[in-house]
Amino acid sequence: MSVLLIAEHNNKELKSFTLNAVTAASQMDSDLHAVIIGNNCGDAAKKLSELPLVKKVIQVEAAHYENFVAENFAPVIVKLAENYSHVVCSANTFGKNLMPRIAAALDTSQVSDIIKVISADTFLRPIYAGNAFATVKSKDPKKCITIRPTSFDPCESSGGSAPIEKAEPSEEFNSTKFVKREEIKSDRPELGTARVVVSGGRGMQSGDNFKLITSVADKLNAAIGASRAAVDAGYISNDHQVGQTGKVVVPDLYIAIGISGAIQHLAGMKESKVIVAINKDGEAPIFSVADYGLEADLFEALPQFIEELNKLNTIQK
Amino acid sequence: MKILVAVKRVIDYNVQIRVKEDNTGVVTENVKMSTNPPDDNAIEEAVKIKESGKATEVVAVSVGEEKAQETVRKALAVGADRGILIKADGILEPLAVSKLLQKIVEKEKPDLVFMGKQAIDDDCNQTGQMLSAMLNWPQATFASKIEIKDKKLEVTREIDEGLETIEINIPAIVTCDLRLNEPRYASLPNIMKAKKKPIEQLNASDLGVDTSPRIEQIKVEEPPKRKAGIKVKSVAELVQKLKNEAKVI
Repeated sequence: MSVLLIAEHNNKELKSFTLNAVTAASQMDSDLHAVIIGNNCGDAAKKLSELPLVKKVIQVEAAHYENFVAENFAPVIVKLAENYSHVVCSANTFGKNLMPRIAAALDTSQVSDIIKVISADTFLRPIYAGNAFATVKSKDPKKCITIRPTSFDPCESSGGSAPIEKAEPSEEFNSTKFVKREEIKSDRPELGTARVVVSGGRGMQSGDNFKLITSVADKLNAAIGASRAAVDAGYISNDHQVGQTGKVVVPDLYIAIGISGAIQHLAGMKESKVIVAINKDGEAPIFSVADYGLEADLFEALPQFIEELNKLNTIQK
Repeated sequence: MKILVAVKRVIDYNVQIRVKEDNTGVVTENVKMSTNPPDDNAIEEAVKIKESGKATEVVAVSVGEEKAQETVRKALAVGADRGILIKADGILEPLAVSKLLQKIVEKEKPDLVFMGKQAIDDDCNQTGQMLSAMLNWPQATFASKIEIKDKKLEVTREIDEGLETIEINIPAIVTCDLRLNEPRYASLPNIMKAKKKPIEQLNASDLGVDTSPRIEQIKVEEPPKRKAGIKVKSVAELVQKLKNEAKVI
């Protein structure tokens, strides 16, 4: 049997995490097909066909697929799933919203948010916000798996030429209507994929003070993150939240400023390669995961930090 | 309008969990248990809708061992009118829980079903979507704002790219984000009153649902520990270390 990967895209381009999901799916079975569902998504389908690990692309188009409504997507995938042993997609908000609808229709107990493929039916996944790792074996004949994109490397993105087949769309689900999407536009790297993330917490004391975080991030070409406390206090919008209920990030460098390090925040960043913590409370739990800790008042340390970075002038863009 | 709210009993979010020595799971004996945090938001939203006059009844339901009754009781103390406990032991996967909730929906015929977007123990994030698929109802997941408009709901959802607004017809399922509202605390008089509110008890087996797990839990382990780092004395030292030792700037 083969693996069916659900591609995530914006009708023009593939979302970058699709490449990570392809890597994960290919570890379950090398006969990997990818389905792309959208409206006028031919360009994205072509890019999908160029991924060397993808053996076949199935393209499904209709106007009602324009906005990725799960109620419209699920029936198509359920029908296609007849021919596959595994259905796989990323465990981001797209996949989290969609996959359980497919799993329920297939009477499959879904395995969510895996971080490692041990074999075709056995996977490693974090539970309790990453405070424990469970090794689980799916006994269902069909597996529905969502994967944590940051735990898998992106696959090769060019050189392949898989055939693209068209499949029939399913009927529109009339009880759900898309109204609008407010995407936060930014010149900065995306939080989920940035090489450097600079995050602020409740210690920032106000939204205005987040300008200091912005200045540091500018120097390092970094994405801006925040703890849930900072988001809840209204210092910054929720799309910046790192943690169990926000984004999970794995940058080369994570700088936590004025963040105490609540369990739920650590769950979102403790796999980062190098962690720096700046906090005036020397007992703050963030120091237990930091490679480099600086016990200091952030309002004194950050201006100095910016100055030191200015001196370096060797920022990798 | 009637709102059914599903609540789950989990290890309190402030507890640092411990993995059992035999690697069969995490220690739950003598550990503080609470309502799954976003389920508190789900109850709060339902009660607010009732207080605004747009709903007539809020029913709280939980699936789990006998003690899950405490979680239902807590929902009653913050404003739910009555409770249902479906008793089931062992590991309950979202697929089984959804099937049990489907039975309750068929019996209770609510207009809306609310629950948290994810349980903080198994972190599955499946039950609302599965129930919605089983009922063929619309779903609004990760809701941070809900507006009732006649026989429709306008829901703002938190997605990776920002915010998305959808309009769904009632009946519908909504899974709630932590930012949907600020859950209230139960007052002492309301806790006393909740003791008199009815909780119907059912057994999962009586509902004709097979709850045996489809996923075998082979082992549960501690995640690899991060080795302790160092404290630096100054910003200059920090920058020097990042540049020359860690080589990340």
